[in-house]
Amino acid sequence: MSEITLRINGKQRRVTVEGRTLLVDLIRDQMNLTGTHVGCDTSQCGACVVKLDGDTVKSCTVLTATLPEGTEITTIEGVSTGDLHPMQEAFSKCHGLQCGFCTPGLVVTAIDIVERSPDGLSASQVRKALKGNLCRCTGYQNIVASVLEGARAMGVQVTEEKETV
Amino acid sequence: MSMGKPLPHDSAPMHVTGAARYIDDIPVPADCLHLAFGLSHVARGVISSMDLTAVRTAPGVVRVITAADLPGVNDISSAAHDEPLLAPGEVHYHGQPIFLVVATSHRLAREAAAKAEVVIDPKPAILTIDDAVAVRSYFEGGPLTWKRGDVDPAMAKADTIIEGKIEIGGQEHFYLEGQISLASPQDNGDMVLATSTQHPTEIQHKVAEALGTPFHAVRVETRRMGGGFGGKESQGNALAIACAVAAHLTGKPCKMRYDRDDDMIITGKRHDFRIAYKAGVDAKGKLVAVEFDQYVRCGWSQDLSLPVADRAMLHADNAYFIPNIRITSHRMKTNTCSATAFRGFGGPQGMVGIERVMDHMAHRLGMDPLEFRQANFYKKSKPQETPYGQPVKGFILPDLVRQLADTANYKTRRDAIRTWNEKSPILKKGIALTPVKFGISFTLTHLNQAGALVNVYADGSVTINHGGTEMGQGLFQKVAQVAAGEFGIDMGRVRITATDTGKVPNTSATAASSGSDLNGMAVKNAVDQIKDRIARFLAVDGVKPKDVLFADGKVTAGNTVLSFEEAAKMAHENRISLSATGFYATPDISWDRTIGKGHPFYYFAHGAAITEVVIDTLTGENKILRVDILHDVGQSLNPAVDVGQIEGGFVQGAGWLTTEELVWDDKGVLRTHAPSTYKIPACSDRPDVFNVALWNGENHVPTIYRSKAVGEPPLMLGISALMALSDAVGACGEAYPNLSAPATPERVYMAAKKVGAKR
Ligand code: FES
Ligand code: FES
Repeated sequence: MSEITLRINGKQRRVTVEGRTLLVDLIRDQMNLTGTHVGCDTSQCGACVVKLDGDTVKSCTVLTATLPEGTEITTIEGVSTGDLHPMQEAFSKCHGLQCGFCTPGLVVTAIDIVERSPDGLSASQVRKALKGNLCRCTGYQNIVASVLEGARAMGVQVTEEKETV
Repeated sequence: MSMGKPLPHDSAPMHVTGAARYIDDIPVPADCLHLAFGLSHVARGVISSMDLTAVRTAPGVVRVITAADLPGVNDISSAAHDEPLLAPGEVHYHGQPIFLVVATSHRLAREAAAKAEVVIDPKPAILTIDDAVAVRSYFEGGPLTWKRGDVDPAMAKADTIIEGKIEIGGQEHFYLEGQISLASPQDNGDMVLATSTQHPTEIQHKVAEALGTPFHAVRVETRRMGGGFGGKESQGNALAIACAVAAHLTGKPCKMRYDRDDDMIITGKRHDFRIAYKAGVDAKGKLVAVEFDQYVRCGWSQDLSLPVADRAMLHADNAYFIPNIRITSHRMKTNTCSATAFRGFGGPQGMVGIERVMDHMAHRLGMDPLEFRQANFYKKSKPQETPYGQPVKGFILPDLVRQLADTANYKTRRDAIRTWNEKSPILKKGIALTPVKFGISFTLTHLNQAGALVNVYADGSVTINHGGTEMGQGLFQKVAQVAAGEFGIDMGRVRITATDTGKVPNTSATAASSGSDLNGMAVKNAVDQIKDRIARFLAVDGVKPKDVLFADGKVTAGNTVLSFEEAAKMAHENRISLSATGFYATPDISWDRTIGKGHPFYYFAHGAAITEVVIDTLTGENKILRVDILHDVGQSLNPAVDVGQIEGGFVQGAGWLTTEELVWDDKGVLRTHAPSTYKIPACSDRPDVFNVALWNGENHVPTIYRSKAVGEPPLMLGISALMALSDAVGACGEAYPNLSAPATPERVYMAAKKVGAKR
C-alpha cells in the first residue's frame, strides 16, 4: 500500500493504492468515475483512454503507484464542465456512436488528436490516429465524421482529400 | 412529427459524457461479492480428482461452488438441457467452467481460481469438422436434407457443371462490453438481476430453474448493452445463473464479469462452416440444379445450433431462382465452445455458399459475375417460390442492383480495373457486387410476438417499456419515435425505460432483426388504446372519437383544443386509465422445419454492395479501397440509425470474411483469445471511400410505418469484400481462385500463388 496525491479532473485527491492497482481500477472503483470503460483488459481497445499529464494513455496498463506525485489526470467526466465539449457535441450530433461503450475513450482520444493538429487535420490522419481505439458497432464512418466535425468546432481546419479511387 | 427523422440515439448525450450506465457501472453495496469460474484445461475428459483446498484458502475467497453444491437444476442451455453450469464429472471443451469462486474482489476471485488442482483423464477430442464426420458425431442423429425438384436428372442434363468447396471461418462477437451480470437477493427468496443480455426472459427462466423457484420470484432488468450481435442471446446465462446461485447461497449481491480472454475462451462464436457444392447451368446460363452439403461445427452443446443451421439452409438460394436444389445440413458435435447466435444467425454462411457458386460459375462461363447473377435473380413480375415454398414477393433486387451498378459505375470501373491489372504485375485489383435477400422473422414461429407497457402520467409525461433490449442498434430511439409520433408529442416527453421482466413478461430475445418490427407495433398498440380512451372521453357534442386528433402536442376534439398535458390531467381526474399493455404477433407465417416447407418469413429485406480491393500478390496483404452500398430498409424509422447499422454491419461482415481468424490448436485450445491475435477491423482499415444510400421505397407488407428490419441484413453486404478479393486473385492467372474465408493475407497469398502469380 502506498499513498499518492493526484489531480483528477482538476481536483486534488490523496489516494491509497496497492502496488498493483491499475489506474483504471482507481478511477472506476475508488473515484467512482465509471465513464472510463474496460473493454479488453490488455491495452488494445482504447475504451479506457484517459489523459495523463497531457498525454492520452490506456489506463488499464498504468500502475497508479508508479505515477509521479501531482500527476494530472483527466477522464471523460472531466472533459467538460457544464456545457458539452464541442467534440462531445460532434459525436452526439454526427451519430458517432451506437452502443456507446467505446465512446468515452474515443472522445478523449479525439480531443487530443485535434489539439495536436493546430495546422489542420484530414480524414486519413484521423483514421490513422484512431487505430488504437476499437469500435465494434459503427464501422467507424461516423466516428471519423464526428472527429472532423469536432475539429472544425474547435477551430481547426479540416483539409479535404480527393477520393483516392 | 418524430417519425422518420434522423434523431440522435436517445443515450447519445450520456454516452459522450460517460454518464450512461452499463452493468459494471451500477453502484453496488460494499459487501458485493465477485465471481470467477475455474476452467477445464483439456478439451475432453473425465475429472478424476479435484483438490480445491488452495482455492478455498486463497485471500478473499468466501465460497467455492462445484456442481454438487448447486441448489437447483445444473443447466444454462436455451432449450436442450444439455449444458451444465458447472461440469459435473465430464468436460467437453477447453475452457468449460468446472467450479465457481466467490470472493471479495474480481481480481481475488480470478487469482484463487488459478490455484485449483484438477486432474482430468483426457479422452480423444473431436475438434474439427473432419474429426466429427469421421466418427459421425451428429446432433439429431444425422444430417437433415431439404429439397425441391429433382436434382440428379437436372444436373445430368446441365450444360456446364462446377464443383467445389469453401471453408468459412467462425467469428468472435467482440462486443466491446464483455459478458456481465449482477444479482441482488431480496426478501421472500426473490432475486433481482441486472444483466447485459439480449434475452432477459430466458435469464429469468433459467435463474428460476437454477434456484428452484417459480418465474415470478426472479426479475431481470437490462437498460443497455455495450454491443450484443447475438453473443448475448444465450451466452449470458452462465454468468447470470452463477451470480444468482452465489447470491442465494451467500445472501449477498454477486457480480460476475468475464475478463476479455475468458470471454473469448468460454463463450460461443459464429458457427464455422464447410460448404461443398455442385451446380449446373443450361446453355442460356440459367441455374438448373444446385446441391449443397453444409457442414456446421456446432461445438459441444446444442445451444441455438439447430435454428442457426436451418437459417443457413433457408438462405442457400439468396436472390436466385434454383428450380432443382438439394441442401443437406450436417450439424457436427465437436469438443469446442458451443457455437451460438451471431448477427445473421447462419444466414450469412448459407449466403456465402450460393454467392461462391455464382462467382465460380461465372468464372467458368467467362461471364461478368454481375450479369450472371442478374440473369438468375428471382423474377420480379410473377413471384417465384423459394426452395422452401415461400413466394418471393416485393422482390426489388433487380431494380436496386441496377441502380447501384449505375450510380457506382460498376461497368466502367470493372473495365478500368482489367486494364490496370494488365499493367500491374504485383498489385492486382478486384471488384464485386453481391446482393442480399434476407428473411425477416424468427423461424420458430411462436417467438414472433411482443408486448409493451405504456404509461401516461397525469402531467402528460410518458414512459414506454417493451420486451426489446438496447444494444446500440437504436431500438429504444426508434420505438420512442413511434410513441411520440402517435401521441403527437415531442420526444422530450417520452422516457424510455429499461427492459424489465416485471413490466413486460414472456418476451422473445431481441434477435432476428425483429426488434423494431415487433416492439414498435406492440408499443403502437398500447398507445392506440390510451388514445382511444382519451378520445372517447373527449368526444362530446357530436364529435366522434375517431375524429379526435393528437398532433403538435395538442389534443383536438371539435372546438376543444387541449394541450396533451391538460388532456392527460383531465382524463385522469375523470378516472380514465392512462396505462395500457400492447401486444403484437406477426401475421402470415408458418413453418415446418422437418420437411423444410412453409412461409417462415413475413418479408425479405434487401441490399447490395460493390466492393473494390487491391492485393499485393507477393505478401497477400490487401485493402478495401471503395465500397458502395444501396440498402432497403423500407420506409426508414430513423435514417441516421439505419445508415449506422448498414455501415457497421458491412464492416463487421467484411471483417468476418477477411481479417478475423479464429485459430484452435490440435489440443482444442483457442489460440486467438484477445484482440492482439484476433483482428477485428480498426479505424485504419475502414475503406477510404464508403458510400451508403437507402433504397427509396416502402415495405410491401404493413409493418410499423412500412419500415423494414435492419439489424442483420447489412452484415451480408460484406460478402462483396470476399468476392472482390477472389476477383483480384483471379487476375493472377487462369484458374479459379478457390479462396476460403477468412481471406487473410496468408490465404490470399497462397491462392494467388496457386492461380499463377509470378514471383
Ligand atoms: S481496456 Fe484498456 S485498452 Fe482495452
Ligand atoms: S459504439 Fe459500440 S463499440 Fe463503438
